[in-house]
Amino acid sequence: MVRAERFAAEIVVGPARSAESGPGVNVVLRNPRREIQVSGPMTVGALLAHLDLVPESVLVIRGDTLVTHDARLTDDDDVEIRPVISGGAG
Amino acid sequence: MKCRRCKAPAVIDIRRHNAAFCGDCFLHHCREQVRRAIDEHTMLAPGEKVLVAVSGGKDSLALWDLLHALDIPADGLYLGLGIGDYSDESGRYAREFAVTRGLTLHEVDLRADFGYDVPGAAAATRRAPCGACGLSKRHLFNQVALERGYDVVATGHNLDDEAAVLLGNVLHWEVGYLGRQYPVLPAGSGFARKVKPLVKLGEREMAAYCVLRGIDYQVEECPMAEGNRHLGLKETLNELETRSPGTKAAFLNGFWSRGHDAFAPAADEERDDLRPCVECGSPTTAERCAFCTLRSRATAGDAPVELRTSG
Repeated sequence: MVRAERFAAEIVVGPARSAESGPGVNVVLRNPRREIQVSGPMTVGALLAHLDLVPESVLVIRGDTLVTHDARLTDDDDVEIRPVISGGAG
Repeated sequence: MKCRRCKAPAVIDIRRHNAAFCGDCFLHHCREQVRRAIDEHTMLAPGEKVLVAVSGGKDSLALWDLLHALDIPADGLYLGLGIGDYSDESGRYAREFAVTRGLTLHEVDLRADFGYDVPGAAAATRRAPCGACGLSKRHLFNQVALERGYDVVATGHNLDDEAAVLLGNVLHWEVGYLGRQYPVLPAGSGFARKVKPLVKLGEREMAAYCVLRGIDYQVEECPMAEGNRHLGLKETLNELETRSPGTKAAFLNGFWSRGHDAFAPAADEERDDLRPCVECGSPTTAERCAFCTLRSRATAGDAPVELRTSG
């Protein structure tokens, strides 16, 4: 299954969490900023693998706290995946 | 995961060190890495005046914060690049950092002080925007340091930046650039010393440092950098790093310990050929330096230079 198809099956893309939203981990992505929902529970590492993101290139922030790759995310969690790569070469 | 130092719950894991840290121990780790880099490369001497090149991004603000945490006083210099909302917002982060900590931030604005901005220079010269940006920064950070009596310019280049630059230089065998790529560039006629105290810390660590210290920084990527070569090199290195943690540090540190000396003569030869720019007096191998050439192509005339200081 290609990545886009897998996402379509498991992720609801939309604005912020709302009363109509189903259960899921609310994930904020950057550049461009957007929000998606992913069915939990899952570890941070599994979430990054699911999104095809290289762990070395991002930080994961739950609420206002950094979390490690083995941290377990549940459907009530709000997380931000913040890219850390910047393009300036000085 | 548990913190390697105190066994409290960890908030960040660093695979190349095979370690995880709690917040307090991670901040200690960052301070230690900067202190070691400064000591190993004799970057700074007591009492020297230090100028930090501040962009409003994570690396430069973290560097400024870390230097003060290590009791190394430093002022900042922000360069307004004229890249629309991105520059406006970046400047706000730099000013906010300085004001809330009572630090001195000098400012230079390309458009107000030199009559051009990065998008305009890129269009006028048909040069990649990152090239015009980097050239302007290198020239003006050095110029302001000399004019204002600073001994050292400290930049926020981290391990990832340097590894990506090294890969780019190796792929094209830029022997002069390889000879100049080092954590310290000594002062010389027309040059302030340049130091890179973050070379032992990765990009992810710098972002984590800012989050843990509550430093607000420009998270968005520069709109002009999108898809540039440097980003591509970083992505490639990060894929290698994911498969084999420690690859970037081994590549970079191996070059500095075992490869750099072979290229140093090429850089020395270039330095021997330097003479003053006929326009601004800065060292150059041509009649007119690259900055003055860029500026003259991007503008119709000269604009007076006036520095502003806040904080």
